[in-house]
Amino acid sequence: MLADRDRVFTNLYGERDWRLAGARKRGDWDGTREVILKGRDWIVNEIKESGLRGRGGAGFPTGLKWSFMPKQSDRPTYLIVNADESEPGTCKDRDILRYDPHKLLEGCVLAGAGMGCTAAYIYCRGEFYNEARHLQAALDEAYDAGLVGKNACGSGYDIDIYIHRGAGAYICGEETGLLESLEGKKGQPRLKPPFPAACGLYGCPSTVNNVETIATSPAILKRGAGWFSSIGRPRNTGTKIFCISGHVNQPCNVEDAMSVPLRELIERHAGGVRGGWDNLRGVIPGGSSTPVLPKDICDTVLMDFDSLVAQKSGLGTAAVIVMDKSTDIVRAIARLSAFYKHESCGQCTPCREGLGWVWRVMERMVKGDASVEEIDMLDEVTREIEGHTICALADGAVWPVQGLIRHFRPELERHIREYRAAAPRRAAE
Amino acid sequence: MMSHDSGPPVAQPEHFEFTPENLGRAKAHIAKYPPGRQQSAVLPLLDLAQRQWGGWLPLAAMHTVADLLEMPRIRVYEVATFYTMFNLKPVGRWLLQVCTTTPCWLRGSDEVVAACQRKLAIDIGGTTLNGLFTLVEVECLGACVNAPILQVNDDYYEDLDGPKTEALLDALRAGTPPPFGSAIGRQGSMATGGKTTLLEEPTPPPWQAALTASGETEEEKSDAG
Repeated sequence: MLADRDRVFTNLYGERDWRLAGARKRGDWDGTREVILKGRDWIVNEIKESGLRGRGGAGFPTGLKWSFMPKQSDRPTYLIVNADESEPGTCKDRDILRYDPHKLLEGCVLAGAGMGCTAAYIYCRGEFYNEARHLQAALDEAYDAGLVGKNACGSGYDIDIYIHRGAGAYICGEETGLLESLEGKKGQPRLKPPFPAACGLYGCPSTVNNVETIATSPAILKRGAGWFSSIGRPRNTGTKIFCISGHVNQPCNVEDAMSVPLRELIERHAGGVRGGWDNLRGVIPGGSSTPVLPKDICDTVLMDFDSLVAQKSGLGTAAVIVMDKSTDIVRAIARLSAFYKHESCGQCTPCREGLGWVWRVMERMVKGDASVEEIDMLDEVTREIEGHTICALADGAVWPVQGLIRHFRPELERHIREYRAAAPRRAAE
Repeated sequence: MMSHDSGPPVAQPEHFEFTPENLGRAKAHIAKYPPGRQQSAVLPLLDLAQRQWGGWLPLAAMHTVADLLEMPRIRVYEVATFYTMFNLKPVGRWLLQVCTTTPCWLRGSDEVVAACQRKLAIDIGGTTLNGLFTLVEVECLGACVNAPILQVNDDYYEDLDGPKTEALLDALRAGTPPPFGSAIGRQGSMATGGKTTLLEEPTPPPWQAALTASGETEEEKSDAG
């Protein structure tokens, strides 16, 4: 298991002071100036070498993303922090915002220095009202202490940081939807290319990173890429906050090493599956968009990008949703279909119309009021939706349904069989 | 896709003006964005207007915001109807937002909904006759390890069940909301049985050699001396 001294988020549970004085005791804002003075190329290279991959779901290599920002720009360049955390199952950024806000702000300064950004906007989901208050208080402290703003940390680098609250829309967690929202519009994603590094906020070069990604970067830069990459497996390095929810004895957030076995994660930190490991039905390993895994895969799978992709699922946000044998898994997935139908921005027809259709069929599957052939039709239609839209919301909406059909087809058939068996009784009533 | 602008039209006020205090706040929001990009402030300004108007957003407030930001009214209507946190009709003193997405559902959000319905005799979308409570169903609130969650106005009440929800509603009715957070007294997102990590007192992490003038790591330094 990861040693306490190797943990990045040392106030994950909010047991200690989240304000500047407390954060400083834990090492935040210590060495920030030294890192900035190492220069842009050093910072980006260090992040590249560490193997850090984006913590917001897609797992894109962070250093590579930072290197896309133009070296020279006559326009402003922006760092945008995606704090619009709303993927069902995910609640890790919330703990960073409320209990470790200075880690995020220090990360903004260092990431900004690495990319030559003139300003950073932190887009915080609107429902996180109390979390945004902590973050704002921390930002005010950082300005007063000269850590942010002109000549940040006495390094000669200028960066302003602003907090922008959203107003309730999952799609604003998609990077270009977020940019539209930040510009004061509906959060409807943009076509790519052009990518944000060329044409982002207000048409200026921009990089959008998740909260955890940015908040992890100061530790990497101070302790060194070699430290970070020694944790986990190659291509899946470092530490990660896991959110373990659902049918476990003790749901919790916990920071552990990447590539920890799923079973060990659940049993060590979350008190095990309710009723014991053999009472497990399935696990959604990385937030609602990632396909559900049945117990036999959960027995051995590692929690990292590559091993979950090998099982046709994904690490996503590392939000582990556990379901025991009492769960009607068809209903659990149908509820996610309702979520995605509700959150579709309505821009692309396959998503707007398709997700409503998928949800309606899923509701019939819950009742069993369907035919067995419709299972194949549902699978077929999800594949017509996938990859045919501007953003990945529709992909994330149909993957759970595909995972359900792949691993739990007998459950779907059982629902249909039982509904048919009850037909004479219904007719009699 | 959902539009949450449904139901019969509501009586709209003729005028809306920001209070001087809120106008100052609005200007501070506008100043966060580059010159000419004031439209970026539309979400915070609509939020301010909604708070000033007692929890809902009348058309007149949208017009005031449009004028202030020099935006066409239609662009403000688009935003106000797109984002679920804007209420386009009056809501109760306590806006009860129950999360029923899968992680909350697995932990018993049905009981929270049932407790609200039973206690308040309203259905989802309804407001009590005394105007004290409005009950709505919302999508994932992003606090899933503390499920099930009920958001009351700005605050999250976590780790609920049926009886705890009823007790919360009683307290709200009496005008004495309890402190928000976990209803079972747990610290943040820590496991109820106690934490399994962060058992040592945190210390500042060591610096790598490249950052120290001597070229030694902080650990080497402290080992030496």
